[in-house]
Amino acid sequence: MEMEQFLQQMINGLSLGSVYALMAVGYSLVYSIMNFSNFAHGGVIMVGAYIGYFAMTAANMPFWMAFLLCGVGAGLLAVLLELTVYTPLRNRNAPFLYYIISAMGASIFLENFVIATIGPTYRTYPQVFSHEPFRLGSLSLSRIDLMIIAVAAIGLITLVIIIDKTKIGLGIRASSFSIKASQLMGVNVNFTIFLVFLLGGILAGFAGMLFGMKYTVYPTIGNITTKSFVAAVFGGLGSLPGAIIGSVLLGIIEVLVSGYLSSNFRDLIAFLILISILIIKPTGLMGKSSEDKA
Amino acid sequence: MSWYYIEGILIQCGYVLMVVLGLSLLTGFAGLFSFGHAGFMAIGAYVSAICTTKFGLSFLPALLLGGVVAGVVGAGLGKLTLNLKGDYFCIATLGFGEAVRLILENWEYVGGARGISGIPWETNLKSVIIACAIGTLALMALVRSRHGRSIIAIREDELAAEMSGINTFRYKMIALIISAVYAGIGGGLLAHYMTYIQPKMFQMVKSTEYTIIVIFGGLGSVTGSIIGTFILTFLPEMLRSLDNWRLVIYGLAVIVIMVIRPRGLMGGVELGDIFRLPARRRAAKLAEERIKNMNGESAGEEAQR
Repeated sequence: MEMEQFLQQMINGLSLGSVYALMAVGYSLVYSIMNFSNFAHGGVIMVGAYIGYFAMTAANMPFWMAFLLCGVGAGLLAVLLELTVYTPLRNRNAPFLYYIISAMGASIFLENFVIATIGPTYRTYPQVFSHEPFRLGSLSLSRIDLMIIAVAAIGLITLVIIIDKTKIGLGIRASSFSIKASQLMGVNVNFTIFLVFLLGGILAGFAGMLFGMKYTVYPTIGNITTKSFVAAVFGGLGSLPGAIIGSVLLGIIEVLVSGYLSSNFRDLIAFLILISILIIKPTGLMGKSSEDKA
Repeated sequence: MSWYYIEGILIQCGYVLMVVLGLSLLTGFAGLFSFGHAGFMAIGAYVSAICTTKFGLSFLPALLLGGVVAGVVGAGLGKLTLNLKGDYFCIATLGFGEAVRLILENWEYVGGARGISGIPWETNLKSVIIACAIGTLALMALVRSRHGRSIIAIREDELAAEMSGINTFRYKMIALIISAVYAGIGGGLLAHYMTYIQPKMFQMVKSTEYTIIVIFGGLGSVTGSIIGTFILTFLPEMLRSLDNWRLVIYGLAVIVIMVIRPRGLMGGVELGDIFRLPARRRAAKLAEERIKNMNGESAGEEAQR
């Protein structure tokens, strides 16, 4: 019985970690090239969740269509932010702080724009998956959790393949070492950055919709990205496998803490992990070691 | 608009200004960015409120004790994290601020999520004016002293400062402790004005707000921080009729400032300099150069990698 409960918790943790991972890779990809933490990511996730919601309720789309649409919408929003907010800063070669502050400005803007236009109410997605849990032996797995884990696995594997095996991915990897050198080698850096925001945005949109389906949709849903940001730092900012491993670990730790200690300590543990990792090993579990960061 | 209403906003300006002055030293003069100052503010607010409600201490010692405890915690945080560079220090302060809030939320002695209520109403216009006047004069004196110049040297170029014999860690620590004390006193003033405090009053958004004020006023300018505080505290009140659109405009304004006028209202210039044209030009030029320097640094870092 003990063992089963533990396994059940592990799967819940894996599902939570998968949502974190879909968001955390967005932070890590942007950080690896542009060296700043894109705090506007939460806004992109929130807009993704709303696109999915309205596609299914107002436009009556089937689930898969709404799902694709929210990925595309969130991806385009991320690119739009890059073009309107970060490109002017990039042209001026602004220090990282200006990026962070603008990102926070963008996040305040998006959140309150939604509150002002759509309203602050909590909204529930129409039911897609039956609430009847999927039984595996004595374990009962909720269908939405399985869906989240599957989407995260497929999305993240695709992302890793794009980055590791394709020419575009080579450009992204090269730019993360040095933008200037890769520019000299003929990498179109503007296009690479555009692509990084697009990929991060698409996954963020998926994460937003799935998270909204599991719970509800509301304008401050983007606050969950603070946790995925902790996960990205935990795994090592700028490292893709680090972001994924950090997210899964954080998800499992959180679920275990709320299962065996108290759900009140869940968030606290996450931030204590953040501080301890920065003190012990600021580059995270898998971050590239470089002296200027430590 | 009644005087009562304006007085309320002025008192609000007062305690915000205390936090902003401290942050101005840390960010504008030492070049360190913090997203956790709401945490120091919370510590000051809770310590002073506990002192007055549970131990019957009078307002002034309670306020000072709040500042001292915030300073001590700041020293501890600095010891652990000041060796981190750039955005990693920033992330550490973010974690610190949120951790403080969550600890308060789970600590029954200080009321958990409900917080503390029934705090005596002690903060009035007179007390915030006195606090802000002392705070401003002390900060002005500090940044013009030898120690202040050492702190500024760290902002300009940490490596060069260290080479010139400045103990950079020590001066960064001093800047962090002083700014934590200011934030703690600001928190104490807030607690004794609102007469109740709750952990959710000290969310990360608050820390961001204060950093935005410092940047809006202009890095490296004390008077800029003061003007910035007044504008950004009064403006939302003026726009109250716009309701939810207020924060939409605010977010947009932040982006526009970052993109169009990165050195803020008075970057590197003090109010007195405005009447001395050459001094103003020189300071403005320096501020422009400083931003270019910050780029130079990041380009250098990139070359190292």
